[in-house]
Amino acid sequence: MTEPTPLAAFARRRTPLPLARGVGGGPLVPNAVYGAGSNPPLTPPASGSGPVLPHWRPGLGGAAVHSELFAFSGEASGAGLALAMALDQAAGDERPFLWVQDKAALRKSGRPYRPGLPPALRHRLIHVAANTPEDALFALEEGLRCRDLSFVVGELAGNPKGLSFTASRRLSLVAEKHGVPLWLIRIDAAHDLSSARMRWDVRSAASPPPRWNADAPGPPAWQAQLFRARAHPPGKWILRDDGQSLVAGAPHHEQADPVDLVHRPGDRSLATG
Amino acid sequence: MVAPQARGAGHHRAATRPGYAQPSLAAPPSKRRGESEIPFALLADTVHGLRLTATNAAARAAGAQVGAMLTDARALCPQLKVAPGDPAGDLAFLERLALWARRWGPWAALDPPDGLLVDTTGVAHLFGGEAGLLEDAARSLAARGLSVRLALAPTAGAAWALSHYGPEQAIWHAGDSFDDLPIAALRLDPAVQLVLRRLGLKRIGQLSGVARDALARRFRTVRAPAANPLVRLDQLLGRVPEPLLPVQGKPVPLAQRRLAEPIRHRSLLDRVVEDLAADLVRSLEAQGLGARRLELGLWKVDGEVLVRKLELAEASRDGAHLVRLFAARLDDIDAGFGIELARLSAPWCEPRALSQRDFETAAEAHGTSLAACIDRLSVRLGAEAVRRPELHASHWPERAQRWLAPLEPARERQESLVFHARPLKLLDRAEPIAVIHTHPDGLPRRFRWRGNLHDVLRAEGPERIAPEWWRERGAARLRDYYRVEDGQGRRYWIYRQGIAGDGRGDTPDWFLQGLYA
Repeated sequence: MTEPTPLAAFARRRTPLPLARGVGGGPLVPNAVYGAGSNPPLTPPASGSGPVLPHWRPGLGGAAVHSELFAFSGEASGAGLALAMALDQAAGDERPFLWVQDKAALRKSGRPYRPGLPPALRHRLIHVAANTPEDALFALEEGLRCRDLSFVVGELAGNPKGLSFTASRRLSLVAEKHGVPLWLIRIDAAHDLSSARMRWDVRSAASPPPRWNADAPGPPAWQAQLFRARAHPPGKWILRDDGQSLVAGAPHHEQADPVDLVHRPGDRSLATG
Repeated sequence: MVAPQARGAGHHRAATRPGYAQPSLAAPPSKRRGESEIPFALLADTVHGLRLTATNAAARAAGAQVGAMLTDARALCPQLKVAPGDPAGDLAFLERLALWARRWGPWAALDPPDGLLVDTTGVAHLFGGEAGLLEDAARSLAARGLSVRLALAPTAGAAWALSHYGPEQAIWHAGDSFDDLPIAALRLDPAVQLVLRRLGLKRIGQLSGVARDALARRFRTVRAPAANPLVRLDQLLGRVPEPLLPVQGKPVPLAQRRLAEPIRHRSLLDRVVEDLAADLVRSLEAQGLGARRLELGLWKVDGEVLVRKLELAEASRDGAHLVRLFAARLDDIDAGFGIELARLSAPWCEPRALSQRDFETAAEAHGTSLAACIDRLSVRLGAEAVRRPELHASHWPERAQRWLAPLEPARERQESLVFHARPLKLLDRAEPIAVIHTHPDGLPRRFRWRGNLHDVLRAEGPERIAPEWWRERGAARLRDYYRVEDGQGRRYWIYRQGIAGDGRGDTPDWFLQGLYA
């Protein structure tokens, strides 16, 4: 077990460590986190001379305008994390936001409930209940074109035919052109081809005990794995909403690995680099 | 009663000062000079035979009353001359007269069957005072061969009362009382007048001798003012407003294209709609209006009319935007043998002073506005699909939120209580779960939902929510809500419907209603 190294030390380095070089000679991404059973990153690794990719962390803001979150239907983790990330990225924005659901997503994971939304978002929700995935994609695109929206959340179930690589590329381009971020929640979907700038796997995680009643469920926590990102190396975090902002911690059960340079659980200074 | 040709019409007219003017034309028909000595009446064909609907002074003097059967009237006055009445013609005449009567005020309304109402606010000085105005009106109307009664008062109700039951050319002065006028001056239904007469209330002044509460209890109808003496009295005295419909029409902006060759193809139709939108936008611009509702009518060669309507979230007069919204609505048009006439109208407009730039290019460069975005969404997905949640005053979870149109202004509401954490998402219908618990009233140990087992590790509850007894039937059961978290960190909102032994059904069932973030 190696001692965890501060990530910042690597982030400042212009060349990757020799340790991080792959067997085949191809350079690996420094600081990449390969958890148990997780696949190697799909991104082409940064070349040796290129700038080192900074790690994702909450509060980074503005980096990705099109993210995909893969979640399961029996939990609201995808929507919860999407809203938390949106709040994290655009705090203080008072414009409304759009939440688009197709029929299957509505049936599988329910409808937004205003009393349970984060207080900063309650009065800003505009909900679109689309019948088909095609209608939902149309609504997402129109929402991304709108300058009066602060962000757009989409929820689609499964791998509909309409959401092809071309369609996702279209969404990315519109989102980038107009600067309106999109969080697309994919419920019970396989990791298909997509041009999303960040792709996450999300699940619920055991919540930290609340202040007064240790037997009660606490504030929400999610286990999030960033498995593909254009601007960041992949990684795995436990994210929670502490009431004010999004907080990242490392997974509780991280495997020891020589290349594993993961911060300690709850150690925020490491995660934020 | 007024056959407009050669005969004149009897007719009273009243004008008011600051508020409204009330004319009424109730009257003896037909008198040309020299003919007034001959008894004359107009007839209507009713189910019980011919009845008199209007009589002149000579006929009344001879005993022929309005409403009498013709045979009865003939028995009293054998020399009575009659002619069939023409109610539609009378109304048309009254309408023309109303337009003409706007010479005494900018604003005139009909009071069918025989009255006119002119708003003379701020006009009297042009005629040398109020008396001069009435004098002028009497002279002009007499010159048209009409016999009229005129009155001028601050409210429409007062003008009506004075013109029908007051002195000739009455002008209301501050401090004048209506107490001596009969109850009929309140414009009440005959049945209500009968009730008041039987109660011994014959003059308006007598109404003030009765406690207002007592009258309010006796006459409960507030919808129809003619059935409620209190409302009529308040209108007479100007305590409640009485909106009136002026005769001047408001032209609906519209554009029309008559096509030389019936069109059958979509591309041509799109072109026609574009042209129509351009025309309509021009006429809207000229009036400083923006369209909120649009109607596109397509007349087909085979005699059918296709109508497509749409509403906009915000007043707009952008041609490209309108065309784009209609394009989605024209997909299911069946042109049949062709469309020969297309008309685009804007029945609902709102003032829109600012000129707006081209939507499409602006949308490409700077994004669309929220209103335009919502228009596009609701045209394709339906207005029901795009909505905004709004808190509703109910503690029953499903009823605590309602859905409104997205741009509808928020209503002032008390924020919900914060000490109960509510789920992020609610299932449209709570789903039954199979539960294993230690004892029937307690917390479940594990439950099965959608085929998956969930072990309850942590829980909070119960939060007991009783049904709304004023809305539900008596046997509705209360709910005990629990906030639970399972072994994988998934958080749910589950409830037990009822308590064992509450006498409202069998063993209580468990349901899962919400999902926490």
